[in-house]
This record gives sequence, structure tokens and C-alpha cells, in this order.
Amino acid sequence: MDKSVLLEMSATELAEAIRKRKTTATEAMEAVLEQIERTEECYHCYVTIDRERAQLQATEIQKKIETGEVSGPLAGVPVAIKDNICTEGMRTTCASRMLENYIPTFSAQAVLNLEKAGAIVIGKTNMDEFAMGSTTETSAFGVTKNPRNSEYVPGGSSGGSAAAVASGECFFALGSDTGGSVRQPAAYCGIVGMKPTYGTVSRYGLVAYGSSLDQIGPLCKTVEDCAVVLETIASYDSKDSTSIRREEGAFTAALIRNVQGMRIGVPRDYLGAGLSDEVRDAVVRAAELLRTEGAQVEEFDLSLVDYAVPAYYTIASAEASSNLERYDGVKYGYRADEVRDLHQMYRKTRAQGFGTEVKRRIMLGSYVLSSGYYDAYYLKALRVKAMLKEVFSRTFDRYDCILGPVTPTTAPKLGESLKDPIQMYLSDIYTISANLLGLPAISIPCGADSKGLPIGLQLIGDCYQEKKLIQIAYTFEQIYREGR
Amino acid sequence: MAKVITDATLEYIEALAELELSGEEKEAAKRDMGRMLDYVEKMNELDTTGIEPMSHVFPLQNVFREDKVQREGGSEATLRNAPCHKEGMFVVPRTF
Repeated sequence: MDKSVLLEMSATELAEAIRKRKTTATEAMEAVLEQIERTEECYHCYVTIDRERAQLQATEIQKKIETGEVSGPLAGVPVAIKDNICTEGMRTTCASRMLENYIPTFSAQAVLNLEKAGAIVIGKTNMDEFAMGSTTETSAFGVTKNPRNSEYVPGGSSGGSAAAVASGECFFALGSDTGGSVRQPAAYCGIVGMKPTYGTVSRYGLVAYGSSLDQIGPLCKTVEDCAVVLETIASYDSKDSTSIRREEGAFTAALIRNVQGMRIGVPRDYLGAGLSDEVRDAVVRAAELLRTEGAQVEEFDLSLVDYAVPAYYTIASAEASSNLERYDGVKYGYRADEVRDLHQMYRKTRAQGFGTEVKRRIMLGSYVLSSGYYDAYYLKALRVKAMLKEVFSRTFDRYDCILGPVTPTTAPKLGESLKDPIQMYLSDIYTISANLLGLPAISIPCGADSKGLPIGLQLIGDCYQEKKLIQIAYTFEQIYREGR
Repeated sequence: MAKVITDATLEYIEALAELELSGEEKEAAKRDMGRMLDYVEKMNELDTTGIEPMSHVFPLQNVFREDKVQREGGSEATLRNAPCHKEGMFVVPRTF
């Protein structure tokens, strides 16, 4: 099969073509590796690419497909994995000097689930260091560029995963979403990204940042791919004590074009000050399209929106400071030399091994958890979170989903974001509530600005309501494609 | 009113965070932290009297599993990740 035709396929289309003997896993892997050869030097989506392993596995999987031993929905499909998700025997760096040479002795449960379904790992994608950042510029191994326009950032922290999907350097990818890190880069790169309900995908093997917020999610070319990948990676796992048993059946059953009677709420607070006109127009147009398709769309006041970012950064930093204590230069990772004693070894190791943004968050987290400040900051944030929970619960009594933008603007230019961290944190305003409250949310393309940069539409659902999101997103994707 | 982080406070945070910052980093850290704390103090505009702090959204209880070894024999591969090891043990600088 012609390789340029192959590269245009979605993951689901490719799996079907392989099943129907129109192409093979080896041919698909060759096509992806050739694409990497062509574009990787410019975009830098990956930290590690294991060509030999990928080719070898493709040959093996192809044999198993032919004998019927492997018949999963992603059999033979090349996938990229964010570099904070452990892969046995393959370097996992979190884009940090601290873990530059770390080789996990186990794979994350989500990766094992993908491999069981026949997907083949190409390599590990670039990200903001320890997933802290919104542009993939805090990576210790260089920036990733946006394939839609290489003068702009791909977003973050799963920027490498989003850019790899958008540039055809993989067929789909896994990312992690602690405050929008799957949905925001998906929006900037013009692809589909989803954060599932907290506990749906096992965090076993995901390097911890903010444990109460982290969830692994798919980055894909289509909503259908997203549903298929989510269905594959979701599983109850006794190795993750926050894992949840989901028993409502297949997510792919929601791939139906129908929003008749669906109640969609658009928060006025998500369309107000700080939102660029072009993003607002695209989101309002998207809401109109869903209305014409039969949905009941109305605007409402959500409230408390301005307090979500401060509560989020307090909680995320607190959890990060605790989670990142394990990097002490003893069991794995970087160790500083020329030290007097054990204590100085810890301090120098961490000062040299972590980048600026990581240190910034560890220090803020240490402060808000310290005695004397714990009540004023950390507990206060947990109280604000309880208030937010109340507000969203009331909202989901009235609506099947919330519709709004993913980000206030389209992708910023490379080099413009890190100067002002608070401004960068504020760009997470529409995505973080889903993390604080464990809600599922999806980002889908809904237009482009005058520079041609993609705009994302976000749908947020109540806990366990992925199916509603998938159905609405799938319907929107169909109408949007017809309209173009 | 901008929050001022004193040298003493920064030293305390460095100790808690197990970080040894350079002179230049210290100045930047004081400035950044002051700004961040100013910003997160926006939460104080909300009256949260009587509201219970919510750590987890889902009512999770303790989750137990059998205390049974599931993966064995990985100690060599685990040790290979250590910056320094000897005779099956991690080596660290002198501790006293």
C-alpha cells in the first residue's frame, strides 16, 4: 500500500486495513519510521526512539496477526508513549536530567494493556520536565515544535505526544493530564485528546506529579480512535489503590451520531475576559452546530472560575513536593559528586538534577505544606475544591455536559511563555477543574485562527459520563467535517 | 501588597525541599515565591467557614490487597539504575 495513504489513516482504519490484509504491521511501522526520518529533526517529538525494537516487534505482531494469536482492536498499530510513563527496558526520563539514564524494570499497566491489544511502541515522547509546564519548553532535552507551524509551541506538558500524532510520526499516543496536559496540546496541534474520569486508567507506572490529579489519556486523530484507545487502556488495577471498576461497558458503543435532546451548558464565565475573540467565535459556532443537530444548548453562570487556578497550583505543588522527594540520588537517577556527606549529596543532587520550573513548584509545595502555613494555603485550597465540587455537581443536575474552550488563545510562539509563570498558569483556567474534581473531558478541533493555528473545543462531563462526551464529540466531528 | 520572602524563610524552605540553591537562584526563588503566594492568596476572597477540606473527590476507603510477592528476581536490574552500588547494595556517602 502507498505509504502516504497509510500515514493519512487513523489508528482504527490502519488496524482494519491490517486485519483485511491490505497492509501489514511491518509496512505501517516502516512508513512511520520513514516519516520520523523526514520530520523529526524539525519537530523533535521524541526523547527516545527504539527503531530496532519497533521493527522487530512489528514483524512478530504481524506473524501473530496472521496466525490469529493477536486480534486486538489496535493490532499492528505504532504508538508513541509520553516519557513519564514507564516502559520496561526502554529509557524513561520525564524529560529531566534527574532521570536521564533511568531504565524501568516494569511497564505501566496502560502500556501493558496496549501491547496486549497488539499496539507497538515506537518510542518515548518529549514533555515538560516532570509534566510541569504548558509548552514542552521546560524539557531538559530541547523544545518540541508545533507541526501546524514550527514557530509555535505544541503545548504541554504532553507536547511531544500531540506533535507526534499531528505530524504522522505515530498513529496515536499516550499522554498524562494533571491540569490539562493532554487536552491543551491536543487543542494547539489540532487533534483529539481525552482525560478520563479519575481512576479509570491505572496510574501504576505513571511517574507521579500530583497524585490526586494525574490521569493517563489518549491523543488521537479522531474521536473514534480516542474511544478505542480509552477502552483498551482502561482497567481496574489492584496496583493502583485509586483504581475504579468501570462496569458500564464499551466506550466505543457511544460512537453514535445523535445529540437529539442532549442538554449542553455553556458557562458565560468561560467566554468572558481573557478569551481571544477568534477562540470565542469558534466555540460559539460549535455550540450553534450542535444546536442545529438537535441539542438543547444554553448559556449559564458557573461561578468560582477565578479560584480554580490558585487552588489547583496550591494542591498540585503540594503533591509534587511530596512525590518528588524520592529523587535523592540513591536508588536511581542523577547523583551530584564531590559532596561532604549524605545530606549535602541530597541537596546538591536535587539542585543540579531538577530544572527551574520543577524547583519552583517543589519549593512552593514545601511552603504551603509547612507548619504555620498548612491551614492558610493547603487546607484553604482543599476547601475551595469542595466548593467547586458543589458548583459542578449542581451544574450536572441540569446539563449532560459543559461546553467551552480548551485554552484562552491558540498556541503561543516559541520562547514567549516561560518569562511569566503566573501568566502561563492562568492559561490552564478552563482545563484544571476537571482534574481537581476527577471529571472526564475531551478536546476536539473546532476551527483555526487567522494564522492557521488550530482551536480546540472542550466538553466536560460528570464523573463516569465518558460515553456522553464521546457521543457529543463524535457527532460534532461529523458535522464539522461535512461543513469544511 | 507584595509578599516578601525573607532569607530566613527561604533557608527554611530549602531545608524542607532538600535543595541547595546558588546565590542567583535564591534571589529568583524569593521573587517567584512572593509573586506566587500573592496570587494564590486570591483564595482568601472566598469565605470557606464551615466547609470541610476535600482531599479526594471519590469516597475511597482504604484499599487492601494480599501481601504477596508478585514480581521476583528484579534486584539486579533495579541495582543497575543506581548511581553507585556494590555487592548487591546501594552505596552512599558517609552518613555520620
